Amino acid sequence: MTSLTVFYTGLFYAATLILIAGLAYRIYEYSRTPAPLKIPTTPAPTTNAGVAYRMAREVVLFESLFKSNKWIWLFGWLFHVGLALVLFRHVRYFQEPLWFVVEFVQPFGKYASFAMVAGLAGLWARRFLVDRVRYISTPSDHLMLALLIGIGLSGMMMSFVAHTDIVALKAFMLGLMTFDFQPLPTDTILLAHLTLVALLMIIFPISKLLHAPGIFFSPTRNQADNPREHRHIANWAAALDRKNG
Amino acid sequence: MAAPEFEVPKFKEHLEIPNIQEGSMAHIKSFIAPQPTQEFLGYPWELNEDWKERALFKMGDLLGKYRSLRVFMDACVHCGACTDKCHYYLGSADPKNMPVARQELMRKVYRRYFTLPGKIAPWLVGAEDLTKEVLEDWYSYYHQCSECRRCSVYCPYGIDTAEITMAGREILNYAGMGQKYSNEILGKVQKIGNNLGLPGPALEDTLAGLEEDIEADTGVPVKMPLDVQGAEILLVTPSADFFSEPHVESLIGYAKVFHAAGASWTLSSHASEAGNFGLFNGNYETMRKVAMRIRDAALELGVKRIIVGECGHAWRVAYSFWNTLTGLGFDGKDPFSIELQQQLDHRYPQPMHICEYTWDLIQNGALKLDPSANDDKIITYHDSCNVARGSRMGDEPGGQFTIPRNIVRAVANNYHDMAAETIGEGTFCCGGGGGVLTDDLIELRVKGAYPRMNALNNVVQEEKVNFMATICAICKAQFTKVLPYYGFDRSMVGGVHQLVSAAIKLD
Repeated sequence: MTSLTVFYTGLFYAATLILIAGLAYRIYEYSRTPAPLKIPTTPAPTTNAGVAYRMAREVVLFESLFKSNKWIWLFGWLFHVGLALVLFRHVRYFQEPLWFVVEFVQPFGKYASFAMVAGLAGLWARRFLVDRVRYISTPSDHLMLALLIGIGLSGMMMSFVAHTDIVALKAFMLGLMTFDFQPLPTDTILLAHLTLVALLMIIFPISKLLHAPGIFFSPTRNQADNPREHRHIANWAAALDRKNG
Repeated sequence: MAAPEFEVPKFKEHLEIPNIQEGSMAHIKSFIAPQPTQEFLGYPWELNEDWKERALFKMGDLLGKYRSLRVFMDACVHCGACTDKCHYYLGSADPKNMPVARQELMRKVYRRYFTLPGKIAPWLVGAEDLTKEVLEDWYSYYHQCSECRRCSVYCPYGIDTAEITMAGREILNYAGMGQKYSNEILGKVQKIGNNLGLPGPALEDTLAGLEEDIEADTGVPVKMPLDVQGAEILLVTPSADFFSEPHVESLIGYAKVFHAAGASWTLSSHASEAGNFGLFNGNYETMRKVAMRIRDAALELGVKRIIVGECGHAWRVAYSFWNTLTGLGFDGKDPFSIELQQQLDHRYPQPMHICEYTWDLIQNGALKLDPSANDDKIITYHDSCNVARGSRMGDEPGGQFTIPRNIVRAVANNYHDMAAETIGEGTFCCGGGGGVLTDDLIELRVKGAYPRMNALNNVVQEEKVNFMATICAICKAQFTKVLPYYGFDRSMVGGVHQLVSAAIKLD
């Protein structure tokens, strides 16, 4: 094995570990922190099924964002849907034989990358053009967009301009999963793409990308509006009832 | 009204989003609470040597106790969806009044002390040390938020700035910077029983006087009972209803409704306040202590039902939190809540809003109404923020919008809504809620009222509207004060039950 292959093998194991352990820790933290009061933003569904439906609309359609601002919604939704298709397409590099759905999604996943990068570009443009958004943007906001666009463009280069040795890459990835290590192709675009992806995985649990798990724990969206019918009480608050009830 | 020392925003046909003007509201600072006020609530009254440790300790404490704060600190992506949603931003153009920027005041400190990137590379992620300057900024801008939750409607993650403002104020209090207005009220309600500091005997006199007025006016002996043991209904209403104008007109309305329904009801001198400023300051225990007065009164008087008068934040606390805080509701499994709940009548929602009560009676044909008595009025309805986005009425989501409007339409003939995006869940706050209803914040209040005043002006011009009904004591007080700044008559605002009072026929 070349030192390059060793490096990327190590990098991807580390990145995967950080991503999974980091996210698991965050989710544990969020779930362990109590929500002492009923604070759904009303009007809110009164049943748990209703809450699931509301959450699904938020996660799939970005309902609140749609109410708020059609440009942010358009760019944000294009980016996320594009990314979802692109990611799903990438399952092919981790699977042999391929699931037929993964096979089916290949062309869509390929062209979804344009929607993804266009959405990102729109979001980035707003950070310069809208004074309010410019005011709230931090260096990390810009770098995050640069990182995602970098991943998108380097991937598109390999799809549409300069193909990498995809058979060898797939062997490398399957090798990572089965501990049967295979050499990694050495073209620059691929290495750039993989480095950026690993970087994204590493910063995921310590960055604003936590909005992804965060939304599921957001009390204004995940609580049912039934406070008169059901007594909702956190453990630390119930102790007060026993103390001076 | 003296000429204001600041510019009152001008009306536009369509509300415009202003360009940011950095620091335009940085001079706003409500009075600091003095020593006795802070001492009573168990807080320091100045920044002692250990203020920073205390502030950071309290921040960590709240992060561990409130999932909202925990998640909201991490989840924001700075997308900008909320930036044009706050009435204070729209009226003042100060970028720190954009919800995301208000949140960032805390988030930058959170990042610095509670996150890895903020500890390693603060410049990269916008993290900042907690300094006295930062704390001063907190004090200013966490008292420029009315906790109305409009931003939370539009945030893709439901981030509610109110939760962050509440936490911010609790941390400020804990460090030694309390706000005079809210904290004095929290003292009065706990020592005397209501926010206005009106003692029992004075309340008794006031009610007797009102009974005389009603009888002189209608010829009917409508009663306002106080502390009646064994009454069926306990009415808990904001103390402003007892002698502020126009609030008292709605109190007369409730009394007439109870009279017409033949209800057995009472007020309580111990629980002579529906409002609960504990909500505004993010201290669960204080909010609970204030709410416990209602539980205690209900147990002592042995009432079967609890009805809440026209007050926005009070209704949020009552509807959403009373069951949690005091067991006043249903489905309690513990001795504490069972003690109260076995006494309550389970055929009715507990607590119930006076509008739910009146609307039920209207639907059952139990009230004789003459809507033409309100023909001098062309009416619109202002949805109060806490009712709109923090509570419900009736069985269906959105009942908090339809029920009060149904009542207005039943008791009056001329009604027009304001523009759709300014009512319902998107309603604009009056500008005086959440603990900012004080004269030392008048500039903030006038500017914050701008989006609502602008929407009102449009229906005044187009539909000749001359009356804005609302069901919140703070909204009523705020509008009475700020309407003249916008060229309107202060008596243009009033309660829904003020309209009921005019239309109801008693025998």
